[in-house]
Amino acid sequence: MTAIAGTVPSTSASPLHRRLAQGKTLPILIVLAALLAIWYAFTVYLNAPWQIDAYERAGTEWTATDLVRDTMAQERPVLPSPHQVVAEIWQTTVGTRLTSKRNLFYHAWITLSSTLLGFGLGTALGILLAVGIVHNRAMDKSVMPWVIASQTIPILAIAPMIIVVLNAIGLSGLLPKALISTYLSFFPIVVGMVKGFRSPEAIQLDLMRTYNASGRQTFFKLRWPAALPYLFTSMKVAVAISLVGAIVGELPTGAVSGLGARLLAGSYYGQTVQIWSALFMAAALAAVLVGIVGVAQRLALARMGGRS
Amino acid sequence: MNAEPAIRQHAISPQPGQKVVEARGLGLTFHTNDGPVQALSNVDLSVARGEFVSFIGPSGCGKTTFLRVIADLEQPTEGAISVNGMSPEEARRARAYGYVFQAAGLFPWRTIEKNVALPLEIMGYSRAERRERVARTLDLVNLTGFERKFPWQLSGGMQQRASIARALAFDADLLLMDEPFGALDEIVRDHLNEQLLQLWARTTKTICFVTHSIPEAVYLSTRIVVMSPRPGRVTDVIESPLPKERPLDIRETPEFLEVAHRVREGLRAGHADD
Ligand SMILES: Nc1ncnc2c1ncn2[C@@H]1O[C@H](COP(=O)(O)OP(=O)(O)OP(=O)(O)O)[C@@H](O)[C@H]1O
Ligand SMILES: [Mg+2]
Repeated sequence: MTAIAGTVPSTSASPLHRRLAQGKTLPILIVLAALLAIWYAFTVYLNAPWQIDAYERAGTEWTATDLVRDTMAQERPVLPSPHQVVAEIWQTTVGTRLTSKRNLFYHAWITLSSTLLGFGLGTALGILLAVGIVHNRAMDKSVMPWVIASQTIPILAIAPMIIVVLNAIGLSGLLPKALISTYLSFFPIVVGMVKGFRSPEAIQLDLMRTYNASGRQTFFKLRWPAALPYLFTSMKVAVAISLVGAIVGELPTGAVSGLGARLLAGSYYGQTVQIWSALFMAAALAAVLVGIVGVAQRLALARMGGRS
Repeated sequence: MNAEPAIRQHAISPQPGQKVVEARGLGLTFHTNDGPVQALSNVDLSVARGEFVSFIGPSGCGKTTFLRVIADLEQPTEGAISVNGMSPEEARRARAYGYVFQAAGLFPWRTIEKNVALPLEIMGYSRAERRERVARTLDLVNLTGFERKFPWQLSGGMQQRASIARALAFDADLLLMDEPFGALDEIVRDHLNEQLLQLWARTTKTICFVTHSIPEAVYLSTRIVVMSPRPGRVTDVIESPLPKERPLDIRETPEFLEVAHRVREGLRAGHADD
């Protein structure tokens, strides 16, 4: 060890330096720092009126330093400061029993399970519709407009109806929420897969014809592999909006658990810190889900001769 | 003498001397938005078993279209055509031909060996037979050692050879080749021409070959069909007097140059028409 260190005398801080200088780390850190600075500035600015009010009601003397300190430590701030949110997340994840209903991971899991169920159903539905659209002229003409129309209805408007109708026929719990995710996520899958199934070149389709290949063979040996890159790209979009769907699905049910329920409860009681920590948990969850799809994409496409 | 038994073996189903392709008054008009395009007009042609027929003519004279009609990829609008005594559709269903397209058209997600195995998978060959045939045909086109490579890892010429191997992997007696060597350099082209000729001499395949190169057509063919455009039709059919055994330097002999000259005259005449 010492010998190696001896041969390269000036490297004590250099790996870190090099990463900072050459990698993406430095730009990312700069942007992050700027965002935090802006956030803190807004925290003071937005929370100051209430704080000044409070000082005056109590008749206390206050300085600018007091104001800055107190605006970042309010119990129900208009905008909580970043460290309050971090502390809340820490306290409700690591600082709480995992099985407790107050643990944020528990709520994240509730939302995640309906996200995944909805995403799975949405992907399957999307693929099935795309297969139909590509293979059947009548379906191409009749289904596609409905698929597009379905996405022009605001999800917030129909989510309560879906929940109410499904409850009326005895379906409650996970499935109604998941179906809202399905409703949102099948769309990018249909659009992507129709494009993917139609991506083989004319010459490749002609080739299959010269082999007298059956429709099934043409599908599984040509259309499906040609469409896979499109599937993964669509799935990245679909999994993210599935999460949105699951959260939206928790709002009208008056659900007591899930990230959506935390958001709603937070806004009832003015618990802005709780709202923001739920928001950050949702963002992290989305990032992880998109990341997992990305890894699956890289693995699958590498096996199919991808160039990267 | 040596080739005799091999020919007998292959000749079981279609009788020797039987017409592999027979076109009578064949015409094809494409109906496009800009009006009708007459791609083929009144084509009379018959190709006997074991022939090597080249199609040559200016761009747009319907060479590709004619091959596609044989392959049941286009439907003629006039006249009649039979392949192996059947309709083109029946022949296609019987998997009577292998088609080499102008572009290699390999599947990018399949390795070279998997690409060559594609028709074998579709036609239900066993795994062992697939392996054996893939190895044999890749050897034939000098691609041994590239089995596990993906198409993008190969040069354009190698990709084209892989696509030829793919067409040879199953036992089609008829080979339809549309400018298979169009994109290759002269040296590789010479080499592949020689190999194709050897392959044709060894088997009893019938080959219909489209090209723009007069030397290539003369070197390879037993018969050269000269076509002219608007509407695409056959203007001359030239029987080659060259022997079946053709070393590359046959291209400098007077006989060869004589045939090449006739082909050139035929092409000129076609051009003069319009
Ligand atoms: N699918 C199609 N629809 C309309 N017109 C077509 C179609 N395919 C070919 N044509 C027309 O038919 C004519 C013959 O085309 P073809 O491809 O057979 O020519 P070619 O002799 O193979 O030409 P090249 O040497 O350039 O490959 C051309 O005028 C072309 O524009
Ligand atoms: Mg052509």
